[in-house]
Amino acid sequence: MGRRIRRLVPVLGLVPFFGYLTIFLLIPTVAVVVGAFVENDRASLSNIRALGDGVVMRTLWHSIVLSAESAVIGAVLGAVLAYAVVTGRPDGLLRRSVTSACGVLAQFGGVTLAFAFIATLGFSGVVTEAGRDLLGIDLFGNGWLFGLNGLTLVYTYFQIPLMVIVFLPSLDGMRVQWREAAESLGASTWQFWRYIAGPLLLPAFLGSMLLLFANAFAAYATAAALVSQGSPILPLLIRNALTSEIVLGQSHLAFALALDMIVVVVIVMTLYALLLRRTSRWLR
Amino acid sequence: MSTARVRARRRLQAFRIAVFVVLGLFFVVPLASMAAYSVRVPGGGRTLEFWKQLGQDPDLRSAIVTSLELAFLTVVLMLVLLVPTMIWVRLRVPSMSRVVEFLCLLPLTIPAIVLVVGLKGVYAWVAYFFGDTSLTLTFAYVVLVLPYSYRAIDAGLASIDVITLSEAARSLGASWFTVITRVIVPNIGAALLSAAFISVALVLGEFTLASLLNYDNLQVVINLLGKSDSQTSVAASLASLVFAFLLLILLSFVGRRRSARRATSDLVPAPQPSMKEG
Repeated sequence: MGRRIRRLVPVLGLVPFFGYLTIFLLIPTVAVVVGAFVENDRASLSNIRALGDGVVMRTLWHSIVLSAESAVIGAVLGAVLAYAVVTGRPDGLLRRSVTSACGVLAQFGGVTLAFAFIATLGFSGVVTEAGRDLLGIDLFGNGWLFGLNGLTLVYTYFQIPLMVIVFLPSLDGMRVQWREAAESLGASTWQFWRYIAGPLLLPAFLGSMLLLFANAFAAYATAAALVSQGSPILPLLIRNALTSEIVLGQSHLAFALALDMIVVVVIVMTLYALLLRRTSRWLR
Repeated sequence: MSTARVRARRRLQAFRIAVFVVLGLFFVVPLASMAAYSVRVPGGGRTLEFWKQLGQDPDLRSAIVTSLELAFLTVVLMLVLLVPTMIWVRLRVPSMSRVVEFLCLLPLTIPAIVLVVGLKGVYAWVAYFFGDTSLTLTFAYVVLVLPYSYRAIDAGLASIDVITLSEAARSLGASWFTVITRVIVPNIGAALLSAAFISVALVLGEFTLASLLNYDNLQVVINLLGKSDSQTSVAASLASLVFAFLLLILLSFVGRRRSARRATSDLVPAPQPSMKEG
């Protein structure tokens, strides 16, 4: 008995950490899942059913389209940038400055990013006014910046750097010898990309794109600062449900919407993990 | 070298330059626009009036103080919670290391907007025990910075021989507390510093939790200001951005100095999939 207690003592050292995370991470997460199935203090499916509502479905669809668009654009441009970086000298100043800039810019978001684009392309933004004065064109349009297209553009700002960060290691994993072997066997550049580099890099590319998708799907602060009216995407609909609490007459709708987000993120991250396992076989 | 090779090389070079110029513009123009916007006088000319406002607006000033206090408290609580736990796991319960790692990285995959929905209930209790002040956001912020701090501290611990150091100290009669505070912590100073820096940068930029839990921090107030005085609010967000940039540049120096000394270091937090404040 005494020995068993003594063997338990080291685990007691972890109690503060586990206790803290239970209160501030696990309980909130469980509360979301449970709360989605509760209405008026008793079990109910009414919130889950509310997810099938036209407005909610349309908002979810907008969120998915926004995340997919910004992920595809970010992934393609980010991969191009990563390739431009990787073909330079591996320890050159250019490479180091681009990677550190990407490290910072991938974290850049929220109110600041929204305001940067308002200062650029808003009604009296610097670029908008320059366009009006110099070229006589109206870049502001009908305020597209504050809608879904604007969000896609603004999200690209942190998606491209994130792509560079997550995709660069895969490009680095490509061996010069593969290229040389292909060339000595008479392959053209196109054939090399089509039959060797492309298939090798594809899983890593798709995996990175999924990560970008999840990143955009989870983003809230930028959209909240940019879009003050209406709730075109899911995170903003959650804001709406949290602050008004009377949307569609459901007090627990926020929980169901949050559960909706968890489900999408879990699906995406599972696919990501599967792709990552495939990638690591070749590129290390 | 064959001429075909030379031509291919030159084509690649032109492609690279085009990419850097076009994407470089995409990233620089919004930042430059912010700077120009914050000093522009409607109708023509330039002024630093809006930057002077930063120090004068009472709401903004108290928000800056609140955010700095939050950053400080978050760093302290994060270190107190994480450092002893991670050292303890390495020394006494290595079987739990995967569990601790999983929990620390978990906040990366839970969107902040989801966490806030669940935290509403918890915060009713927090307000009951600690009062209804913005500083209670510290508790949630520790969770947000956990993945980044974990990685920084983990890299620091991996670069020293924790077990040998602590056995040596223990055999000379040191208590566990002494081992942690006087033997290991001084050896991972740079790692702790980088964990602190990244936490400060994240807390100063945080908006989601503060705004939806109805507390005021710097970003919430800047956002509110944007509705009445857009130029001052742009100046304020540019200032907070520059401050965070400086912190992260400092951080990369801390990382570089270490890696020059030890080849194993991996302290610059960047190359990780992240789900941040977006």
